[in-house]
Amino acid sequence: MTEALLEVQDLYVEFRSGGGTVRAVNGVSFSLARGETLAVLGESGSGKSVTAAAIMDIIDSPPGFIRGGRILYAGRDLLTLPRRARRRINGVDIGMVFQDALIALNPVYSVGWQISEVLRAHQRASRRMARAAAIHLLERVGIAAAANRVDDYPHQFSGGQRQRVMIAMALALKPAILIADEPTTALDVTVQAQIMDLLSELQNETAMGLLLITHDLGVVADAADRVAVMYAGRVVEAAPVRQIFQHPAHPYTLGLLHSLPRSDRKGDKLNPIRGAPPDLARIPPGCPFHPRCDFALERCRSELPVLRDSGPEHRVACHRSEEILHVSR
Amino acid sequence: MSDIPLSATREHSQPRLLSLLWQDKFAFVAALFLLLLTCCALFGPWLLGDAAVAMNLRLRNSPPLVLPPVEQGWLYVLGGDALGRPILARIVVASQNTLAIAAAVVPLALLLGGALGLLAGYAGGWISVLILRLADILMSFPSLLLAVVVLYVFEPRVANLILVLALTRMPVYIRTTRSEVLEIRERIFVDAARALGAGGLRIVHKHIAPLVFSTLITIATLDFAFVMLAESALSFLGIGIQPPEITWGLMVAQGRNYLNTAWWLAFFPGLMIMLTTLSLNLLSSWLRIVTDPAQRWRLESDHD
Repeated sequence: MTEALLEVQDLYVEFRSGGGTVRAVNGVSFSLARGETLAVLGESGSGKSVTAAAIMDIIDSPPGFIRGGRILYAGRDLLTLPRRARRRINGVDIGMVFQDALIALNPVYSVGWQISEVLRAHQRASRRMARAAAIHLLERVGIAAAANRVDDYPHQFSGGQRQRVMIAMALALKPAILIADEPTTALDVTVQAQIMDLLSELQNETAMGLLLITHDLGVVADAADRVAVMYAGRVVEAAPVRQIFQHPAHPYTLGLLHSLPRSDRKGDKLNPIRGAPPDLARIPPGCPFHPRCDFALERCRSELPVLRDSGPEHRVACHRSEEILHVSR
Repeated sequence: MSDIPLSATREHSQPRLLSLLWQDKFAFVAALFLLLLTCCALFGPWLLGDAAVAMNLRLRNSPPLVLPPVEQGWLYVLGGDALGRPILARIVVASQNTLAIAAAVVPLALLLGGALGLLAGYAGGWISVLILRLADILMSFPSLLLAVVVLYVFEPRVANLILVLALTRMPVYIRTTRSEVLEIRERIFVDAARALGAGGLRIVHKHIAPLVFSTLITIATLDFAFVMLAESALSFLGIGIQPPEITWGLMVAQGRNYLNTAWWLAFFPGLMIMLTTLSLNLLSSWLRIVTDPAQRWRLESDHD
C-alpha cells in the first residue's frame, strides 16, 4: 500500500448546546493516498461532513469541539498546528468543494474575483496575473468563453457551471488533496456525471487525493477506489469499492445496497432500512446500529464492536460480520 | 490563452454608471438636487454671505412669491425673515454649515459604529458583550440630554458638536452591523473562504464588510435627516451652532415663533431638510440596486 497523504486517526468531534452534547464524530479513522479516491459514504447526520469540516478547521467553536484524535497531513498533525499554519495549508495543500456552489460563492463578487482572491490570499499575485490565472482555471474546468464569463456573478451561471467555478477555486493552488463534500447532490443527474468526470480527469492529471463525501451509491460506484461507510459518527466498514458492492460485511452497508431501486426488479417495493438514524445526543449503547439491524443479537445491545480486519484491506465493525459476509456472498 | 483586454470592464464602468442613473429618473433628479446643494454649500457663503445678513426692516416677515418681485429683488422670492433678511439667501448660506455638520457626523458614526459592530459580531465573547453594553448605555441615555451635558461641560464648538452627535448615533450602526455579521458569518461562502485559506481579517474585510455596507449606507441616509434635526434642536437650545452662524435647523427653530403669522420662516428651511433627506434616500436605494449584482438588471434597459 502506498503511504498515506492524509490520515485521520480516532477523531472525536462533539457539539455542546443547551440541550446536551451531540456526538457527531466518534472515533473516525481513515487514510487517503496520493492519486486515490476515498468515498466517505453515509446518511445525513452520520458525521461525514463534520469530519471534512474538522480537516479544514471550519467547525465553529463553540459549539463544536474536537475532543480527540489526530489529523495527519504529510506526517504533521494538523490539530496541533497554530491557526496561521493551518490557514497556509488550507487551499494550498488541501482544497475543498462544497455541496451547493450557489451559497458557497459570495453573491457580491464576480467569479473571477473570487478565484483570484484565493490566489491573492496565499501569494503576492498582481491583479492582472491573478485575473489571467482565473481565466485559465475557468477554461480548465470547462467554462466556455471563460474570458467573457470571468466578470459574471455566481447567479448568472447554471448549477453545473457554478460547481465548476467552485472546483476551479478549490484547485487554484493545485492542492495535493481535494475534499469534495457532496459535490453533485444539488445537481441533476446528467450534470452530476459531467462534474464527476471533470473531477476524475483533474485527479488523473495532478495525482491528487480525492476525499469524496457523499450519500450517493451511484457516485461511489463510479468514482471511488475505496469506500469508508459511516454510521453515527463511526466508520463501520472500509474496503475497496468492489468489495463493498459485492461482499459487504456490515448489515448497514448491506441495507444501503438493498435499498437501491433496481431496474431489473421493476415493480418490486423499495427496501429501505427500517427506523431512523440515531439521535447523536443519545446514541444507543452497544452497536449504534442495533435498533435497526435485522441481525442484532443480545451482545449487540451492550458491546460496541470495534473495527477489525475481515479480509485483505477490508475492515468492518460488526459482531456478526462473518455471517453477513456469508449472506452477501 | 486568448488575448483579451484585461481592463475592458473597468474602462467603461464610469459612463455606464451615468447611464444607469439616467434609467432611474427619480434618482437622477435627486442626484441633480444634491449636486446643486453641494454647489450652494461650496460657493453660497462666498456669493450671498453679505446678502444673508443684510437687514431690511421694511421687509420684515415679507411673504414669499409676491408678484411682481422686482420691487424687493429676487432674493426675497421666498420671503423675508423676522429681521427682514432674505430667506433664499439665508437658506443657501446655511446649507454650508448644515451639510458640513451632517456630512461629518454621519460618516464618523458609520465608521466607528460599523467597526465596533464588525468586531462585536465576528469576535464574539466578552468583546461583543462589552461593545453591546456600551451601545445599550448610549441608547438608554437620552441623546439630547447627553449632548446638552457634554456641550455645557465642554465648549459648544463645532468639533464637539460633531463628536457628540456621532457618539449618540453610533448604537444604531453597532447593532445593525453586529446582527448582519452574525447572519453573514454563518453563510457557507464564509466557510468556503476559510477552507481556502483566508484568515479572519481577510474574511471580515473582503467577505463580510462589503455585504453589511449597503445596509449601513441606507441607514446613513436616513440618519442624515436625524442629524440635521438634532443639530437644530441643540442650536435651538443655544448650545449648538451659535448665531450669527446659521443652519437650516436654527432657521426652523427661530421661525417657530412666527408660525401663526409668517409660516414661510420655518417652512422653507424645513422643506430643504426634507428634500435633502428624500434625495439621499432615492439615491441610496438606487445605489443599493446598482451595487447588488443580482438586482442590477432592473436598471439595465434593452437599448442599453
